[in-house]
Amino acid sequence: MAETATAWQLIIGGDPTLFAILRLSLVVSLSAVAVAALVGMPFGALLALTSFRGRGAVVVVLNGLMGLPPVVVGLGVYLLLSRSGPLGDLGLLYTPSAMIIAQAVLVLPIIAALARQTIEDLWRDYRDEFVAMGVGPAERVAALVWDGRYSLLTALLAGFGRAAAEVGTVMIVGGNIDGFTRTMTTAIALETSKGDLPLALGLGILLVAVILVVNAAAWTLRSVGEAGRTA
Amino acid sequence: MRHQVFHELPLVLDAVSLRAGSVAILDRVDLSIEAGAPILVIGPNGSGKTSLLRVAMGLTVPTDGRVLWGGRLAAPPVRRAFVFQRPVMLRRSVLANVTFSLARAGCPWAQRRSRAEALLERVGLADLAGRAAPALSGGEKQRLALARALAREPELLLLDEPTANLDPAAARRVEAIVGEAATAGVKIVLATHDLGQARRLAGEIVFMTHGRVRERGAAPAFFAAPSTPEARAFLAGDIVL
Amino acid sequence: MIHRRRVLAALLAAMLPAFAGLAAPAAAQNKTITVASTTSTEDSGLFGHILPVFEKETGIAVKVVAQGTGQALETARRGDADVVFVHAKAQEEAFVSEGFGIERFDVMYNDFVIIGPAGDPAGIAGTADATAALKRIDEAEAPFVSRGDKSGTHTAELRLWKEAGLDPAAEGGDWYRSIGQGMGAALNTASAMNAYVLADRATWLSFKNRGDLKVLVEGDKRLFNQYGVILVNPQKHPHVKADLGQSFVDWLISPEGQATIAGYRIDGQQLFFPNAPEKRT
Repeated sequence: MAETATAWQLIIGGDPTLFAILRLSLVVSLSAVAVAALVGMPFGALLALTSFRGRGAVVVVLNGLMGLPPVVVGLGVYLLLSRSGPLGDLGLLYTPSAMIIAQAVLVLPIIAALARQTIEDLWRDYRDEFVAMGVGPAERVAALVWDGRYSLLTALLAGFGRAAAEVGTVMIVGGNIDGFTRTMTTAIALETSKGDLPLALGLGILLVAVILVVNAAAWTLRSVGEAGRTA
Repeated sequence: MRHQVFHELPLVLDAVSLRAGSVAILDRVDLSIEAGAPILVIGPNGSGKTSLLRVAMGLTVPTDGRVLWGGRLAAPPVRRAFVFQRPVMLRRSVLANVTFSLARAGCPWAQRRSRAEALLERVGLADLAGRAAPALSGGEKQRLALARALAREPELLLLDEPTANLDPAAARRVEAIVGEAATAGVKIVLATHDLGQARRLAGEIVFMTHGRVRERGAAPAFFAAPSTPEARAFLAGDIVL
Repeated sequence: MIHRRRVLAALLAAMLPAFAGLAAPAAAQNKTITVASTTSTEDSGLFGHILPVFEKETGIAVKVVAQGTGQALETARRGDADVVFVHAKAQEEAFVSEGFGIERFDVMYNDFVIIGPAGDPAGIAGTADATAALKRIDEAEAPFVSRGDKSGTHTAELRLWKEAGLDPAAEGGDWYRSIGQGMGAALNTASAMNAYVLADRATWLSFKNRGDLKVLVEGDKRLFNQYGVILVNPQKHPHVKADLGQSFVDWLISPEGQATIAGYRIDGQQLFFPNAPEKRT
């Protein structure tokens, strides 16, 4: 296929522009996942381990937010970061930081919801033993997160997949500025609009390949980790 | 260390009832447990053995009545430990399961590893220290659960049918560890429906049906001459309703 | 265990270079301006041609956010750009008179063309009269794709329909498809549907997915497409980099900037024709 050939030419050609775009995509999406994990994991754990009035509603809303439309998130963050918006003085619009913020907002519910599910399931298993061992609340969270780390890794990958593949938020808050905020997905959108469909699809194949590589790395991490436990 | 301050014994259940809707799972149980020989809780399925142990551990709060540990109400577990019928393994190594329990019991970091290794030696799992705990066999899991429980240096050790899912050889190894602990001065309260086990381990018997304690007494006397018809039927192997 | 650590370290090491360069673009930010412009100038490759020349001369990096003219002006109104470079004169003049812009300068022009399928079901090929062509498309109810996004091209299209005495958007015929997207998307749609579409010549020349489409009507004076540049008013938005932005505006309308614009060609064809006023301060 012509598109696969284009993808290969892009890789073999070692085009520095392409490399920069690829790198920006990775940096933005991985940073967004890191930020979202920092907030979402503890939030998910907290939600898993507490009971209060309206908890069911919070869980439903959180699960629902996993389907947040990227364009809506992009627009919200745009209005927030625009010079006329409440955070306009930071001057973050049309920068990679803005894209990281927007993607973090986008994937936060995914990571928090999956973390909640993982930790709640594990907690159901561990509950009696922990009570019998007199495990305090802080130790409890730490132990559940540590023991659930491989399942939580899957939550991170789900977040990364969504962040790396989306175009809606980064287009709006990043502006698709050549050499500065152009990512793989906005470049694909641009080439499509220029009618260069083989190049667009070639870039698309490359993006999918990169997402696969990240997943393979996580898989390696997981299997090495699990092998270590039985060694 | 903190657990020097408190005593778990005597454990007193004062008119304890546990209800689920209209069903009485425990029905006005009075029981006092002091230091001494192992107590074996026996009785047919559904007689309330597991619930009695859970209430005695503080895992389940009774609907009515009071539970006192060393004279204290609602005391968090300090020198009492529990071994479940199906123990849950932390998703870590065998060694890490024990060090985790040691840490919770207040064991200083520097001593954890050596004490964990000693405990694993004691339950015969030293060779498997680096293995993933969830991958152990049923008998090994139960012995690891015992190591975790003993890590708490318990004054009172409650065991709920610890050998129900084990083959006879594995069950004997668990019994041996429990026996050693009893000899070392740990008060054992063990629920079982295995009469052979009860005969082997018991100092005292608590016999339950329908959420009530029907008989309590020294094991030889109970086995020689049970005083209730239900106990007689149970010992004879009849179905007790 | 040692093996495990090694794999972990290798994975982390593999990721580091990706992050190493993140700070670099931020450091270069002090001599940078943001220009809100149109998809036609970006997609046609004009900026790729002229910006390196400008940056080499002044050391000012230009970040281009390519949007439709309407959206670009809105971006500037919110203070998110230092300069606007668009092509809808009436909207631009409104922008200046509202006080958001300092002054508007003509920079260059090209022209719009009516594109359509080679089969030409409405029979407009060869007409030099754009409004007559639109009337025929309306009569034939031949598929027509409209940008529908308040862009410069969309504004020009609506003006042409009005001059033809028609209002297909209001009439609601299903042959008139308003897609609300950029020039490229409109051309892709027209290509897929074999529909007529109004496009700026620059985007058309650099567009690759033409299919059966070709230029059917060109050369009408009413297809004239003027581009203008405006510095955003720093009194409205104090953070606007007025000095750097002014340098860009000055350069665009300077003889040198004009020559650079004229020098941009695709397949030997000139895409934009500079027409900045001779006198400038």
